[in-house]
Amino acid sequence: MKIGVVTFPGSLDDVDAQRAVRIGGNEAVALWHGDHDLQGVDAIVLPGGFSYGDYLRCGAISRFSPVMAEVVAAAQKGMPVLGICNGFQILCESHLLPGALIRNDHRRFVCRDQRLRIENNRTPWTSSYDEGAEVTIVLKNGEGGFVADSATLDLLEGEGLVVARYLGGNPNGSMRDIAGITNERGNVVGLMPHPEHAVEDLTGAGTDGLGFFTSLAESSFA
Amino acid sequence: MARVVVDVMPKPEILDPQGKAVLGALPRLGFTGVTDVRQGKRFELEIAGELTDEVLTEVRTMAETLLSNPVIEDFEVHVEEHSVHEIAAEEGRP
Repeated sequence: MKIGVVTFPGSLDDVDAQRAVRIGGNEAVALWHGDHDLQGVDAIVLPGGFSYGDYLRCGAISRFSPVMAEVVAAAQKGMPVLGICNGFQILCESHLLPGALIRNDHRRFVCRDQRLRIENNRTPWTSSYDEGAEVTIVLKNGEGGFVADSATLDLLEGEGLVVARYLGGNPNGSMRDIAGITNERGNVVGLMPHPEHAVEDLTGAGTDGLGFFTSLAESSFA
Repeated sequence: MARVVVDVMPKPEILDPQGKAVLGALPRLGFTGVTDVRQGKRFELEIAGELTDEVLTEVRTMAETLLSNPVIEDFEVHVEEHSVHEIAAEEGRP
């Protein structure tokens, strides 16, 4: 499948995400924030970083970039979209996902190998994981605290929309230890940890993140 | 020319780590008696032309779409009256 990776001014992990897409068996297509063009991709990754310098709020200005108008329209028609870290923040600002990400409760940047439980393997991004799988994926963020009102949190948990949850202590103050969520349709996934940094044995904590990039290929052959 | 101010504050139930950091710093500097600090943002919009109700409605739309995130923040819009000093400065008088 062709997976587009959007580069915004200030994106950091776009090249890593492209590489992870290729290692996962898909074709990576570089997309530019200023274009009104998705170049015929089948799915989209919004990578991590500090798009637009995190000015105003993380993801707030990226949301109104030309490419995001196309991404939002495609997501609403069911195209798989994965937002990682800053990408998750952009998805929340775009209202493709509920809630918001705020500054870590302990006010420090966190960078560590993080244990997670994959709680929803019915999305196109997580289908190669077993439900309840415990994995280790790098987490690095300054504003990763997931917040939403209690009705929204109850809905997320009641409908099984929590994709991943932190294990072994809450690293950033996220409500109910939520590390990642999906929308009701299941095509849009936001994740604070960085699976694109956990796809090769040479670097990082292992290859537990690879599943996020192989799931699409598997589902397309299924 | 008119100035419209949009004040954006984190909702009361949302944790404000920056405000907490400021609160923690005050006693270290010898300032006592402050029991809480909330940190927000202030936007000063210089508006061209007359300040009509339509313009104010548009500013509110700006505030809820871009300047604030209604999931975590509240905002208030108010018109700032220019001071005599500012009006004089705009007219080039000392």
